Amino acid sequence: MAEHPPVTDWRTDFDHTDDVWAADPYPIWDELREQCPVAHSERYGGVWLPTRYDDIAAIAYDTERFTSRSIIVSEFRPPRMLAPEGIAPPISSDPPVHKEARRLLLPIFSPQAIDKLEPSTRAYCQELIKAMGDRDVVDAAAEYAQHIPVRVIANMLGLPEEDADVFRGFVNHVLEGVSLPLEKRAEGMINLFGYLQGHMEDHMANPRDDLITFLLESEMDGKKLDPFQVVRTIALLLIAGIDTTWSAIGASIWHLAGNAADRQRLVAEPDLLPVAMEELLRAYAPVTMARLVREDMDWNGCPMKAEEWVLLPFPSANRDPAAFEDPDKVIIDREVNRHAAFGLGIHRCAGSHLARMELRVALEVWLEAFPAFELADPDAVRWSGGQVRGPRVLPVKINV
Amino acid sequence: MRVAVDVERCEGHGRCYMTAPELFEADDIGNGRERGDGTVPPDLERKARVAVANCPERAITCEEAN
Ligand code: HEM
Ligand code: SF4
Repeated sequence: MAEHPPVTDWRTDFDHTDDVWAADPYPIWDELREQCPVAHSERYGGVWLPTRYDDIAAIAYDTERFTSRSIIVSEFRPPRMLAPEGIAPPISSDPPVHKEARRLLLPIFSPQAIDKLEPSTRAYCQELIKAMGDRDVVDAAAEYAQHIPVRVIANMLGLPEEDADVFRGFVNHVLEGVSLPLEKRAEGMINLFGYLQGHMEDHMANPRDDLITFLLESEMDGKKLDPFQVVRTIALLLIAGIDTTWSAIGASIWHLAGNAADRQRLVAEPDLLPVAMEELLRAYAPVTMARLVREDMDWNGCPMKAEEWVLLPFPSANRDPAAFEDPDKVIIDREVNRHAAFGLGIHRCAGSHLARMELRVALEVWLEAFPAFELADPDAVRWSGGQVRGPRVLPVKINV
Repeated sequence: MRVAVDVERCEGHGRCYMTAPELFEADDIGNGRERGDGTVPPDLERKARVAVANCPERAITCEEAN
């Protein structure tokens, strides 16, 4: 996918869409953390890459000097006039407007609200397993992990389940198409907004018990949301909730397929799953975010220029030996685990309770159906590059 | 021992109430809060320390009884 020249020097010319990064970014981050903890690259008009937990946390907390106006690195920077709300509040918003846009979403994604979705999520996971029939090898990413978040969010929002392929395509375009020319990327966004606009109008005419109707009836600052804001919020939920959760489920299955002892332990001790899941989220955190530098400044000795990008690789923070003992070991009963897979500070993933429920149910159903499984062909596994990393091709031999 | 969630720092990761539901609960937006006055029964002290150590925002304070 990368249309950029391959990287030869990770310290001065890194590119997070490079195939080497996609295949295995951990050695790159380990080396940078030791030797060049805040690296810089001229690509994308200037990008900084902190790799230590403390630096990543400090930047995530510093909403004064780093803006969320865009959180996906590409050649394109959204116009400054969009600040402080940004294209897709709350993820693209800065204080003080961030708070209210986020407040709107939190009750919908509270643990209590998410609990209610568990039975339907479980039934759907079981349906996916059934559809695999009696084959020996299945693609756990394409036939299982991928479908779960799409179905769950479509039902929550009130979008037709049959359109799953349609929105998966949109999301993919936004997240993985970062090296496409600007017109191509813009075209993708316009298609997504056009699609959602139609569904919003239909909901305005025929209100029902779902999230789109809820958003249309919600108020901010005592006023109804304008319909365009509703469309932007729905787009955000699709973009933020699908590839991310797909990646987390896929990476967890990948780990268990390659580590028989961990798999056997989870089959024998299903109550360990919530703790094990946090460890899998730490070790294979799928999401790297980004910020833009607000003004020229010296940041801990780094000459940062206004409008340069800063990547926030939470997965690298999670592998920092200064913050975690034996960070490269997956210890599925790790008790102390202050990982940052869902971010830190005011933008903490608003969907984290949903994501955790989906991940837990997906793994429970999988382990129940296939107590013994392994990678069918380790060399055939393919990981996505860019800011959301997870297996996209994952052939697994079930019933071994 | 007594635990307390600092509402200014808490961002609702939920690690406290997942780790130690006996001691913490979620409010209606998913932020954590201590149950009751936060007093920790002796048999839950270890759990309380684990919850404190897992809060990504370092939002939980823990006063050891003297
Ligand atoms: C395992 C799956 C997921 C991971 C690892 C993940 C990770 C993240 C991270 C790291 C952020 C922080 C953004 C920043 O600092 O700029 C974030 C924000 C967000 N996520 Fe997730 N996410 C996941 C699933 C979901 C789901 C399922 C949804 C909802 C459908 C969702 C909705 C959001 C929203 C709305 C925000 C913005 C919050 C704000 O800016 O206040 N995410 N996510
Ligand atoms: S773990 Fe920390 S941030 Fe999360 S809900 Fe509990 S107190 Fe709040």
